[in-house]
Amino acid sequence: MAKFVYADNAATTPVTREVIEAMQPIFETQWGNPSSLHAKGREAKAILDDARSRIAAVFSCKPTEIYFTSCGSESDNWAIRGAVKRLAAKGRNHIVTTKIEHPAVLNTCRALEKEGYPVTYVGVDENGIVLMDELRNAITDKTAIVAVMYANNEIGTIEPIEEICELAHAKGALMFTDAVQAVGNIDIDLSKLPVDMLALSGHKIHAPKGIGMLYIRKGVFIDNLISGGGQEQRRRAGTENLPYIVGLAKALEVAKEKLGELDRVVKMRDRLIEGLEKIPYSRLNGDRVKRLPGNVNIGFEFIEGESMLLWLDIAGICASTGSACSSASLEPSHVLLSIGVPHEKAHGSVRLTLSHENTEEDVDYILETLPPIIEKLRNMSPLWEEVVKNQNKA
Amino acid sequence: MQYSEKVMDHFMNPRNVGEIENADGVGMVGNAKCGDIMKMYLKIEDDVITDCKFKTFGCGAAIATSSMATELIKGKTVKEALELTNSAVVEALEGLPAVKVHCSVLAEEAVKSALADYYHKIGRPVDFEIEKDHDEE
Repeated sequence: MAKFVYADNAATTPVTREVIEAMQPIFETQWGNPSSLHAKGREAKAILDDARSRIAAVFSCKPTEIYFTSCGSESDNWAIRGAVKRLAAKGRNHIVTTKIEHPAVLNTCRALEKEGYPVTYVGVDENGIVLMDELRNAITDKTAIVAVMYANNEIGTIEPIEEICELAHAKGALMFTDAVQAVGNIDIDLSKLPVDMLALSGHKIHAPKGIGMLYIRKGVFIDNLISGGGQEQRRRAGTENLPYIVGLAKALEVAKEKLGELDRVVKMRDRLIEGLEKIPYSRLNGDRVKRLPGNVNIGFEFIEGESMLLWLDIAGICASTGSACSSASLEPSHVLLSIGVPHEKAHGSVRLTLSHENTEEDVDYILETLPPIIEKLRNMSPLWEEVVKNQNKA
Repeated sequence: MQYSEKVMDHFMNPRNVGEIENADGVGMVGNAKCGDIMKMYLKIEDDVITDCKFKTFGCGAAIATSSMATELIKGKTVKEALELTNSAVVEALEGLPAVKVHCSVLAEEAVKSALADYYHKIGRPVDFEIEKDHDEE
């Protein structure tokens, strides 16, 4: 059988057997609407309550602080839009965020900017860590919400969320974190972490696509995004996606149990980084220490990322790139540009994201496969030709 | 986004990769900032392109269009090569995704740029445009 290595777990993850098994009975027999008064509805309501309680236990928060949504993007949209709309009446209409947020946050902010809400986009250092002085100065008594991601999806940098909470709260602003990439990789205890809102997505942690969650701390009020029935304590309308909610609960429990096994993923990640850094003219993007356990993001000069991905794909390796050519925008990754990687180098980046499901053999295979691909592409690059000529001269 | 089989063939087995020493015409177009650079080398005898090689920094489409362009002009007269259009390259590759059409434009320009260099070398006035109407950045 041809080799296949999935190293794009930051994009999505496979739904695991235990999650499928947890969801199965909801499709087959327990298919009631939790809002119905009859037996089938009451059965579904009990399952919904149970899932919510189990998720609350995972995060050490209250079940009433958990709101199910359709995806991470909806959670991001709701948190930011809902907060600024609600607080504008109280004289707080300003949003503070960073330059390296996920498009679900950045484009929500840009849309709100067009509606007249001022937004400050705070920069990051060369490793992707938020510039704390710049952030401190950005937050004013007009700031409604500070939105900073827990960990970056491209370069894996983990932000100092607790400190950022302090800065936001010192000025009376709400603190929201997009924790889509952090969940399952970092132990999040909401009895200790003072965020006001936190977004997560199911499909990054082996639950299906189409289920997300927004944690809203008790006493925090934001406007609704979706109008309709009285589900989710009248704050998010729509019949609850019970099978996926049950799947999410299961996936979160498993992810929490496996936090202790992340050392193995970190070891694989570091072996991959070490091996790939041996290639000349390569550069690790993101922080070496404050980094998600499975994230490898490396730039290779004089070649372009999409070509690398195509060859990796031919070899059965799934990865991703920050190159413009892989996107419709023709602009390289805003994250790489924000950490100071110049355009021409941003084009040559590759992101490999590992999970618990990867093996040491996968790492071996990537380390065998990628260097010859880089060599092949460099040998046909006119930029590399110049490097070689200059080396020969010297 | 899906590339045609023909594009993948030219990406995986690019024709005429390399350099030509003492080439009669050399042209380089594009820039690293945009993520595409093509360098084209021509060997020309009696106004006929007897050999053609390329080097490309760029995506799959950039490599495939360069490769196809070299095939389309090899053995052709200079006049015929000047008639090569980007759409002929796209057609020969059995189509390109819309966002990649600019790569074929670059391939056409690489050929014209190398031919302009040849004209300069032999002292013939360049009576054609190299750059097509497109955004440089």
